[in-house]
Amino acid sequence: MWNWIVAILSDPNTRWILLGCLLLGFSSGIIGSFTFLRRQSLMGDTLAHAALPGICIAFMLTETKSVGLFLFGALVAGIVATFGISWITRYSRIKQDAAMGIVLTVFFGIGVVMLTRIQHGASGSQSGLDKYLFGQAASMVMTDVYVMGGVCLVLLIACLAWFKEFKLVSFDPGFARGMGLPVGMLEQLILLLTVIAVVAGIQAVGVVLVAALLVTPAAAARCWTDSLSLMVLLAGVFGALSGATGTIFSTLVPNLPTGPVTVLAATVLFAGSALLAPRRGLLARRLRSLQAKSAYLREEHATLQTLSAQRAQQERGEL
Amino acid sequence: MSDAILFEKSQLQPNANHLKGTQPTSAPLSVRDLAVAYHKKPVLSGVSFDIPEGQLIGILGPNGAGKSTLIKAVLGLVPKMHGEVKIFGQSYREQRRRIGYVPQRESVDWDFPTHALDVVMMGRYGHLGWFRRPGKKERDLAAHCLEQVGMGDYMYRQISQLSGGQQQRVFLARALVQDAELYFMDEPFAGVDATTEKAIISLLEQLKKQGKTVLVVHHDLATVEEYFDHVLLLNGRLVAGGPTNEVFVPDTLQETYGGRIAMIGSRSEKGQV
Amino acid sequence: MATFWIILTAILVSSACAILGCFLILRRMALVGDAISHAVLPGIAIAFLWSGSRDSLWMLLGATVFGLLTVFFIQSLQAGGLSSDASIGIVFTALFAVGVILISLNAAHIDLDLDCVLFGEIAYVQWDTLTLGGTDVGPRAVWMLGITLLVILLVIGLFYKQFKLCAFDPALAAACGIPVVLFHYLLMGLVSMTSVASFESVGSILVVGMLIVPAATAYLLTDRLGKMILYSVLVGAASSVGGYIMAYALDASIAGCMVAVAGILFVLALLLSPKHGIVFRYARRKFAAR
Repeated sequence: MWNWIVAILSDPNTRWILLGCLLLGFSSGIIGSFTFLRRQSLMGDTLAHAALPGICIAFMLTETKSVGLFLFGALVAGIVATFGISWITRYSRIKQDAAMGIVLTVFFGIGVVMLTRIQHGASGSQSGLDKYLFGQAASMVMTDVYVMGGVCLVLLIACLAWFKEFKLVSFDPGFARGMGLPVGMLEQLILLLTVIAVVAGIQAVGVVLVAALLVTPAAAARCWTDSLSLMVLLAGVFGALSGATGTIFSTLVPNLPTGPVTVLAATVLFAGSALLAPRRGLLARRLRSLQAKSAYLREEHATLQTLSAQRAQQERGEL
Repeated sequence: MSDAILFEKSQLQPNANHLKGTQPTSAPLSVRDLAVAYHKKPVLSGVSFDIPEGQLIGILGPNGAGKSTLIKAVLGLVPKMHGEVKIFGQSYREQRRRIGYVPQRESVDWDFPTHALDVVMMGRYGHLGWFRRPGKKERDLAAHCLEQVGMGDYMYRQISQLSGGQQQRVFLARALVQDAELYFMDEPFAGVDATTEKAIISLLEQLKKQGKTVLVVHHDLATVEEYFDHVLLLNGRLVAGGPTNEVFVPDTLQETYGGRIAMIGSRSEKGQV
Repeated sequence: MATFWIILTAILVSSACAILGCFLILRRMALVGDAISHAVLPGIAIAFLWSGSRDSLWMLLGATVFGLLTVFFIQSLQAGGLSSDASIGIVFTALFAVGVILISLNAAHIDLDLDCVLFGEIAYVQWDTLTLGGTDVGPRAVWMLGITLLVILLVIGLFYKQFKLCAFDPALAAACGIPVVLFHYLLMGLVSMTSVASFESVGSILVVGMLIVPAATAYLLTDRLGKMILYSVLVGAASSVGGYIMAYALDASIAGCMVAVAGILFVLALLLSPKHGIVFRYARRKFAAR
């Protein structure tokens, strides 16, 4: 086993991929904690789907495949998407989940139309865009890892700098607004960071699965602690672990893509946490509710005994 | 556990102690040792009472006292940790046809594409079985009930266009159409205008005249004496229960609501501030 | 002729989805529908491995089970205290990941292209025909979808009042003795079946798009559930036809164009619907203010 790991790490290519996925998992877990707490876990999924037309337009305008460019395109598309969602919910009787679904599918559909146009065009077959959609972590090179590293750094610094503000905005936006915090801007900032994590994540795990990188480690971390700072850190660690596991397993087994394995690793971590965490885990809670019930029953039983003794006394007294 | 029995003479058996461990009766609603817990926090514990027939009963208590939970537990909408509930001496499932339920207004999506008459007809779905569709009979019945609550002109109005009070009256019409003998109403007076409030109370009086029993979760202490014959005071447990004039007194109210309560301008014989 | 089969397939998909989509939207379960359409992938892969081909009705049923499993897992997580959005996100991504892994590892035995998973290959639907007793009775996809649509019409038609009440007021439904959980799973089972039947021909984007967008459009156009379902089907059909024309003109993905057209129709309804459209509401307010 140890030999295996050494063998893996000795291949420079694998090292880069491993580092990239580690960083990606870590930063996604961190920003994912906030979206998780704000009950916007599926926003990652929506943004990932909505990003496609932005990326396509970026490609169509510049004819180059550059991650930075894609990021920008995805960002613009993501912002348009969020505006679309709030617009629909505000000006019609359509509720938020349906609005997200509409924006998600329509943007993605438009993106697919653009994608197929690109593919049928001259420069299309070189675009590698559809590989982008499914995540080809294996094709990550040094420059990509630098970008990941940059992404991670940006996310970390932002979360550290505005930790208190993000915390308040996630917990009680009304109160934050009352305090004078620029809630709108902070929410946009969180959104921005989420888009960054999403676009970076699409590269590694693909459009459909990127939501998992944001949600699952955060949900797993939540089971272990009630402290936000600890949760954020733990989510990052879980995310990094998942990324590492995904990379290692996919290098070991032929034909195994990195993305899905990463997601599965994160899910296993979540399942374990949900079951075994002390206090918030399922087993712990079952145990406690059983204890509560039996304590209650014991009290009831004791009271009943006292009562029937009392009643017996009364009857004897009345006779 | 609790104090000595306070109101032995009243029709409604108060206080857990008195009824604890006894068998449920064939009263419209008979509850023994009911306990409900969410996760591990007990919301209701040791609740036992019998409801007299043909009366208007108010369920009172502070927020989180378990009033809505009590109704939901009786109707099987939340699981019980412990206890027995009998409706006219039998289980809820067997007596479903004899019960009417008016849930809180927020529990429903008022943007649903339907009109008032349709909502009232939905109250008959339980009587139609699996495959029968609502027909003319149901429609006429529903229209009649809407008229009874004063909403006859709004039969085909889209429900999102109705005011809060009108929505509440539609809910009441829906309860009426269920043609029950025992009604449960969860905060029917919450957030309604004066006209609707009058309409609701006159409807309740009508039901009482017909010999029906109505349990109402209520929040407005000022109107309790006027509206209800009996009250149940809840605060996680049954603090007291019985005829309003006996139970609705400062001592029990303070025990229910904690803190001092000012009773202004009410009966002068039984305790005051 | 090819055009005919393609459009027919698309209309069958959109009709099936439109009917179910109305209930999904009203029950605020649009994203659960999205999740199911992705989560059936492992079911399809397993059915492939099992039966060795794509031929059986068993694949339809077997993969449908995965849709039900998805709902079960989501419910379990929610019952455990996890928020609904997180429950959905965790479950469908995990299942989709399993599906992708199964397909990747068994590429030799599973004749399913991952691109096909997202976009489908509706243009090729006509070639894959079914032979019964020696005669060619038309594309297999059309048969599967036709049967699915029939089942949907039957189930929804028979239990219309139950589905309606469960969508409007589940508490009353439960109090009336209607098995709310059963109907929930029944609805989701139908969504699952539709996703599977549509998967190969149109891929998951079209399925999700057709589940949500036409129904949302219809929601803005009427205040009666029955009419909402009808309009939803009509809008879906219009998107199918319009999308095909657009795809032909632009030489682009057919499924993508169909969703795009559905989106355009939605925006039109959002702005111009006489009852709920923004333009008319604004005009009414201005008029009333005068």
